[in-house]
Amino acid sequence: MFFLDHIWLIPLLPAVGAASMFFFGRRLQKSAVSGICVATVVLAFAWACLAVWQYTGYAAANPGKPFETSLFTWLGTGDSGLRYVVRGGQTALFHADAGFLLDPLSSIWLLFVTGVGMLIHIYSTGYMGQEGGYYRFFGYLNLFMFSMLTLILANNYALMFVGWEGVGLCSYLLIGFYFWRHSASTAANKAFLTNRVGDAGFLLGVFAIAWCFGSIEYTQVNAMARSGKFLIGDPGITAACLLLFLGACGKSAQFPLYVWLPDAMEGPTPVSALIHAATMVTAGVYMVARSNALFVLAPGAMKTVAIIGALTAIFAATIALVQNDIKRVLAYSTISQLGYMFLALGVGAFAAGVFHVFTHAFFKAVLFLGAGSVIHALSGQQDMQHMGGLQGKIKTTFATMLVGTLAIAGIPGFAGFFSKDAILWETWSREAGAYRYLWYIAFLTALLTSFYMFRLIYLTFFGQPRMSPEVEHHVHESPKSMTVPLVILALSSVGAGYLGMPHSLGGRNQFERFLEPVFAREAQVLESEGQTSQVAAGERQVEHTAPLEYVLMFAAVGAAVAGWWLARRSYQNANRGYKEPINQISPRFYKTLFRKYYVDEIYDWTLTGRAKVGDVRLGVLGLAEASSAFDAKVIDGAVNGAGWMTRWSANVSVWWDKWIIDGIGVNGIAILTRLASYPVRLMQRGFVQWYALVMIAGLLGFVFYYLVRW
Amino acid sequence: MGEITTLHYLVVAAALLIIGTIGVLTRRNVVIILMSIELILNAVNLNLVAFSRLYGLEGQVFSIFVITDAAAEAAVGLGIIIAFFRNKETVNVDEADLLKW
Repeated sequence: MFFLDHIWLIPLLPAVGAASMFFFGRRLQKSAVSGICVATVVLAFAWACLAVWQYTGYAAANPGKPFETSLFTWLGTGDSGLRYVVRGGQTALFHADAGFLLDPLSSIWLLFVTGVGMLIHIYSTGYMGQEGGYYRFFGYLNLFMFSMLTLILANNYALMFVGWEGVGLCSYLLIGFYFWRHSASTAANKAFLTNRVGDAGFLLGVFAIAWCFGSIEYTQVNAMARSGKFLIGDPGITAACLLLFLGACGKSAQFPLYVWLPDAMEGPTPVSALIHAATMVTAGVYMVARSNALFVLAPGAMKTVAIIGALTAIFAATIALVQNDIKRVLAYSTISQLGYMFLALGVGAFAAGVFHVFTHAFFKAVLFLGAGSVIHALSGQQDMQHMGGLQGKIKTTFATMLVGTLAIAGIPGFAGFFSKDAILWETWSREAGAYRYLWYIAFLTALLTSFYMFRLIYLTFFGQPRMSPEVEHHVHESPKSMTVPLVILALSSVGAGYLGMPHSLGGRNQFERFLEPVFAREAQVLESEGQTSQVAAGERQVEHTAPLEYVLMFAAVGAAVAGWWLARRSYQNANRGYKEPINQISPRFYKTLFRKYYVDEIYDWTLTGRAKVGDVRLGVLGLAEASSAFDAKVIDGAVNGAGWMTRWSANVSVWWDKWIIDGIGVNGIAILTRLASYPVRLMQRGFVQWYALVMIAGLLGFVFYYLVRW
Repeated sequence: MGEITTLHYLVVAAALLIIGTIGVLTRRNVVIILMSIELILNAVNLNLVAFSRLYGLEGQVFSIFVITDAAAEAAVGLGIIIAFFRNKETVNVDEADLLKW
């Protein structure tokens, strides 16, 4: 069990690559950079294959048990960690290892992440060969592989969160790879911040799990959840599941947190292929699938997952119908397909959802890498209005992209058909009554998917060339480093489907059987739930009858073919002034779709406060502005007012002192004296005889006084 | 004709006194005021002599003093008038109003 025991090497190898790029990547030659970084991922893939092969042996010996190993204790120790109160009043110890777990679910993810990652690393050596910042790109790409593998292989929610954050960080770094472009750095910020909203939900969900179960390790949580201790519909678990799903919405671009993914196309095309198509965006799906034991205990949460998944699927598909940038069409297509995956998980078809993740990784990667090849051939042109007629000129790219398109549209024989059909069948059979509309939404989305994907093919490869003459002159096929991964992925887009060949078509559905240990017990819970709810609704559960399954399969294929036919009608011979059919039918509807239902504008008005409504900012920035205005006017106004009061009362004191105290008190006495002196000074005439008269008058007065007295 | 008694002397002295006083108070010319002051002093002399017949010779002795004093006083007074006249060119007492407010 050597490879299995040292499974922690799988994330470590790309980490070494990233670290070496960080420390001395700048001084290395391009060949050395690609040598180190591609080699780490190839080794990781090889190790992963061997580890999974050894796991199958381990699983045969220990049925139903996942393989677990721990490197070291990370958070909390035996008895001196963080003690906290769980629901029910007991205390528990917060504990998380740097531990790794391998079971069928993570094996699947491990294989396709390392496999597709390896192919994309090889592709990038060709695509990014002429670019600057080569070592930075590969460093970030390796860092991403390390984070994603940590996320997948973790055995507890905390270590998963480390990987979760790491892929978010790498997404930011890689979207903003061309950081000198304002649009790229803005898109990187948008991705990271939108992810952060989801991460808040994820963290709160993990805390809720810790509170409900007293532990955050998968084995312990799953054991407690399956033990029957909790009632179905338990509010604590429902809350935890909804919060975790919020995190998944952020990471996997579901409504309303999908807005970052189309803008993320600012990054180089290999980044779009790896992170935003095949691997990072599936992290949310992985997390929900990993927590399936919790989700089945919360039917409300599962309904929410399914509804949001279906709505996102059709919402994004409608926007993709009218986009002109080839990468944006694929971005919205990714959002739509992720919606399918969440729809599958929401109705309880966990294996079907995981199967769609698996096939989607291959065909979406081939579509994105093919688009990169087209862009490379057209010297950087991304607008489909300026493409056309490339079918004969870049044959390998055309062939592989056609295979990818057939796969995503769900044409029989290709991978997408099996996985999408499984989802559609499960949605129909598990949801009766009011929730049947989920199937109708998924069915309509399949038609739209086929339409916009074939629109992409026809506009890019068929019709008259609509690009400028010098670009047309330089059209060339991509180098081998780019076309070989394309071919491998295209072949996988065909072959991967056969792993999940359903019983109705004569296959053994090895995929679902492989995943049985993970999902089987949940299926039982769901069956019991499903029957209860359907008996309450008065309907009988639809039986697994072969005829109905074939009818639905036929209808799905019919939708795919109809989409192809409509696209062919409108776009096959598109030349320079081609008209969009939706624009012909209803220009206003076209404009709404083209402007992506104005969601970004609405967010700018209400949430981010980057756009003002009139003169007022709303949203968080608006709240900040309002608080700042409140602080400046009201609070500072009060402070200023107190100062003003002091000064005013000082003026009053001055006036009192000047006029009353000094005026009346001090000067007043002087004035009084002066006023009194006016009559008195009349006595001093300056006239001598008057003085003599007064003297004599006084003398006579005395004389008469004494005379009369006597 | 009756006898000239002391009373007659006193009446004459009183008359002189009053005339002298009125002169001091009402006359404008400073020299006339001085002469009026002399009149007052002489009235006092007469009064003193009149009473000395009755009560001894002290009255007459004192009268000699008064006459001397009057002479000195007149001299000083005239000296002041001359000094004042040198300043203001007038002997009108109305015009000696420098201390008037």
